[in-house]
Amino acid sequence: MNIDSINNGIVIDHISAGNGMKLYELLGLAELDCSVAIIKNVVSQKMGKKDIIKVDADIPVDLDVIGFVDPGATINIIRNGSLVEKRNIEMPERLVNVIKCRNPRCITSCEQELDHVFKLTDREHKVYRCIYCETKAN
Amino acid sequence: MKSLIDILDLTTEELDELIATAQDIIANPAKYAEACRGKKLATLFFEPSTRTRMSFEAAMYELGGNVISVTGAASSSAAKGESVADTAKTVSCYTDIIAIRHPKEGAAYVTAKNASVPVINAGDGGHCHPTQTLADLLTIYREKGRFSGLTIGVCGDLKFGRTVHSLINAMSRYEGNKFVLISPEELKVPSYVKKDVLQQKNIPYVQTTDLEAVMPELDILYMTRVQRERFFNEEDYLRLKDSYILTVDKLKNAKRDLAILHPLPRVNEISVAVDDDPRACYFKQVLNGKYMRMALILKLLREAGQI
Repeated sequence: MNIDSINNGIVIDHISAGNGMKLYELLGLAELDCSVAIIKNVVSQKMGKKDIIKVDADIPVDLDVIGFVDPGATINIIRNGSLVEKRNIEMPERLVNVIKCRNPRCITSCEQELDHVFKLTDREHKVYRCIYCETKAN
Repeated sequence: MKSLIDILDLTTEELDELIATAQDIIANPAKYAEACRGKKLATLFFEPSTRTRMSFEAAMYELGGNVISVTGAASSSAAKGESVADTAKTVSCYTDIIAIRHPKEGAAYVTAKNASVPVINAGDGGHCHPTQTLADLLTIYREKGRFSGLTIGVCGDLKFGRTVHSLINAMSRYEGNKFVLISPEELKVPSYVKKDVLQQKNIPYVQTTDLEAVMPELDILYMTRVQRERFFNEEDYLRLKDSYILTVDKLKNAKRDLAILHPLPRVNEISVAVDDDPRACYFKQVLNGKYMRMALILKLLREAGQI
């Protein structure tokens, strides 16, 4: 399967297979007018299978979202058809308004103006907890 | 430390300092009678409470300070839709220190983030209730003379019981303690308490449903109430509420120096006949709670440069 190369934009590569759609949603890529390609289950020597997202526009990308969903992913910045920068992703210490706390007893469930903030409490097991009620992020 | 939201906000040294202050208050109450003269404590209680609010108010009065209070969301501006953050900013203008109880988890944290005066969490839903833990700790210290090398049984609602989680957190910081977790299957300690606290710190613990079988091992027995307000489903509450009732008969194999604690109020989980047993410490625990709240108010106001 061929997807055209992009001229100016970003390629999110090395996404663990299955995480592509989650990233698409959390990054708000559905809102964009430009071409966006999600390629699922691409054969990868290193990963077996991987997902790739290509965005044909030089948009700002929330690295915290990618670090939360898939810290193994890489970002390639493309300008004039050439790779100009490659970024590795790290798990962020804090997530602000990326995901919502699902605990119905949490203060964020009734106070709409509060930011939904999660902090990384266990790097090894990728555990984020709500800073208000300490409920684990799903 | 500007505010106390979670018992883990306190270092072990700060905890020792609070215990020492409380012991000194007990020994020399007159020395502290004017310590907070001219200072005001706001008690903001958006959830029913008798003892915690009265304990805070008694503590402030015994320090020579004054109290202004709000009880129940219906009588406050929260009923008009004011946010917790705005309430915190407003109340900071009237008082020197705030104690807040709120049904939502994290409400005390939001208050502390927005208030310009120290904030004490007096219970935020099922999340934290650090001053109850301070009361528990002073009671353990006064009854046992130490915080280490103890076998601590916690019994009842270990799932929603915030005092249990805080006590496990606090006592896990000391050497040589062992926990015996006694509860019905449905009300077991949440896995995050086991994983993040007990297993991570390599603290020995056993889980059981049989209180009598483990009774002879215990140095401390911490009983809890199954709390109706934590259940979404009344049927589940009715099924589980009478799971454990401590009676004089069940204590026959207990150690002679066992200390029985309970955060109160009790419903029927400790038989009234147990009150006459010298091992029953739960009313002493109430009094100790007041002394620890006095010690805490003093510490926070001193650190804020108010006294």
